[in-house]
Amino acid sequence: MITGRFFAAGADRRIAITILILLAAAIIVPLLNLAVSPASAFYIPSYIVALTGKYLCYALLALALDLVWGYCGILSLGHGAFFALGGYAMGMYLMRQIGSRGVYGNPILPDFMVFLNYKELPWFWYGFDHFWVAAIMVLAVPGLLAFVFGWFAFRSRVTGVYLSIITQAMTYALLLAFFRNDMGFGGNNGLTDFKDILGFNVQADATRSALFAASAITLALAVFITWAIVGSKYGKLLMAVRDAESRTRFLGWRAENVKLFAFTVSAVMAGIAGALYVPQVGIINPGEFEPSNSIEVVVWAAVGGRGTIVGPIIGALLVNAGKSWFTGALPEFWLFALGGLFVAVTLFLPKGIIGMWDSWRGNARAQRAASLAEEAGTDPDVPPPKVVRSAATKPGDWSASGPEPQPAE
Amino acid sequence: MSKSNTILYLDGVSVSFDGFRAINNLSLVLDKGEMRAIIGPNGAGKTTMMDIVTGKTRPDEGEVFFDGQVDLTKHDEAEIAMMGIGRKFQKPTVFESHSIEENLMLALKGPRSIFPALFHRRSAAEARRIDDILGIIRLGDKRNELAANLSHGQKQWLEIGMLLAQDPKLLLVDEPVAGMTDAETEETARLLKDIARDHSVVVVEHDMHFVRELGVKVTCLHEGSVLSEGSLDFVSADERVVEVYLGR
Ligand SMILES: Nc1ncnc2c1ncn2[C@@H]1O[C@H](COP(=O)(O)OP(=O)(O)OP(=O)(O)O)[C@@H](O)[C@H]1O
Ligand SMILES: [Mg+2]
Repeated sequence: MITGRFFAAGADRRIAITILILLAAAIIVPLLNLAVSPASAFYIPSYIVALTGKYLCYALLALALDLVWGYCGILSLGHGAFFALGGYAMGMYLMRQIGSRGVYGNPILPDFMVFLNYKELPWFWYGFDHFWVAAIMVLAVPGLLAFVFGWFAFRSRVTGVYLSIITQAMTYALLLAFFRNDMGFGGNNGLTDFKDILGFNVQADATRSALFAASAITLALAVFITWAIVGSKYGKLLMAVRDAESRTRFLGWRAENVKLFAFTVSAVMAGIAGALYVPQVGIINPGEFEPSNSIEVVVWAAVGGRGTIVGPIIGALLVNAGKSWFTGALPEFWLFALGGLFVAVTLFLPKGIIGMWDSWRGNARAQRAASLAEEAGTDPDVPPPKVVRSAATKPGDWSASGPEPQPAE
Repeated sequence: MSKSNTILYLDGVSVSFDGFRAINNLSLVLDKGEMRAIIGPNGAGKTTMMDIVTGKTRPDEGEVFFDGQVDLTKHDEAEIAMMGIGRKFQKPTVFESHSIEENLMLALKGPRSIFPALFHRRSAAEARRIDDILGIIRLGDKRNELAANLSHGQKQWLEIGMLLAQDPKLLLVDEPVAGMTDAETEETARLLKDIARDHSVVVVEHDMHFVRELGVKVTCLHEGSVLSEGSLDFVSADERVVEVYLGR
């Protein structure tokens, strides 16, 4: 079975398989939606395409968090803010594409501005009628915020729980700001009623399929980039800062810059995820800045396995599939289930699904090797393979001594 | 006192933590190329002195100069490391989730900015240097093992190897033989004496056999200042040192 092979594969093969699956999905899912008759057993309904497209955006967000949390130990509880900012940038473009088709028929001003008696377009909405401007803003706004935030936080050596708290405060502050009508982003209603993206109707099946494909391809690209970063000398340094920050400083590395780069790249990835998300769900409102959203992302990454690239993607897909089912069947219990899941994973699966799988495979392999050696007879020259290391202690994994950086003396 | 021809120059240095004077009017001078052993009871301020030299702790008062002219109190850890001061921690600190080779690679002298690290490829010269160091610290056969799997003593050696990779002028080595067998201790003394041939070295150690093995000038710290200084025989004959070590 393909999933069995996928899990069993070594880290690099696993990455390659993930990328292949995503690229295949980018082709096959749209085909099965558009080119297959709805009567066929292979037909994928449009709502499923939109739903899974949304999950892929969440997976990209979880991967972004993994780069900083899994590989650098920065537990950001504010990644939802970068996601939402990317989403708002895309939403502003989509708003301006409505043109005079809005309720008030104003060719320049979006409906909510007419309603709020705006006389002219605020300056920060200029240019958003061009896709390329919006696309740059999708990258630049979250990236710049992360850079400035990280510059101050990492330079003043804010770490651990204090850093987590100020990232929460950041997303909460943005939540409050975006709720205000006079901010010019549509207040608590946010931005919605989108019509076109790049000239195509956002509601059309073909557009939805294209957005799904774009999400899958972007995620595949992000997996590749994260893998390349993590495998580089810089990536080793990132993990070194995670495990022994002061050691890196006394070797001459600027740990704050190491963190800042990863944090900024991660925020840009989160922004892209938000930008792909908004046209697929058709709305962006301040609720996306909700602190609990950012915490959910942490749960996805923890469930799948932080510091494994593939783990957070699997975690995001599984938890969100579970959420969709739960909110249909037992809506009032979802938050309890999520909280319980997080506690259970922290207690019983500290390395998440992927980590558990790896150590299980590692032990199984070691035992198989041991029994093979036994069968081969008691050859005194061949010492039996030692069952010393589980596969989970590969380079780059969380160090055996625990994830918290140790104070050095 | 003249600073010229000194590699490390501390004069009248004091530092307090919440009113407790961990370093008290400490003066210490190390000549270029010298190796010095520092002894002293627990809490004497040996590690804190290293913290001050490497920029981790700012002194409340006093002068700290490197190489005769660089005021170390005006620089931070990374800058000081780049100037050529390497430090081994009291608790051996290596990158446990990386292999031995990767540990050395991260320590190897070279540019310390992000983008070169992103696109870095190991050059033949770097590979040779890593091989050399692996030979010196006797971990060549373990090069691809995770540092987490090393014994305590091997971690100490790896950390010393990382210092060598950094190619500093001055090495500060805090308790290098803690947790080592007698054989390993002897080996380490030989290694440090070797290193001292073309580096300045400060070694903090409690193990008197080891200090004797080094055969260098000894400084005894107590309550944050120098209690006695000279050859090991001189220092260990000093009544005040005996009193401090035996308690009263
Ligand atoms: N950051 C700090 N905050 C508060 N007190 C500190 C700090 N660093 C050191 N001290 C105190 O300063 C004193 C000197 O500590 P230091 O670690 O330098 O001793 P040491 O000579 O290295 O001892 P040991 O042989 O046990 O390593 C101790 O009493 C210690 O508790
Ligand atoms: Mg000490």
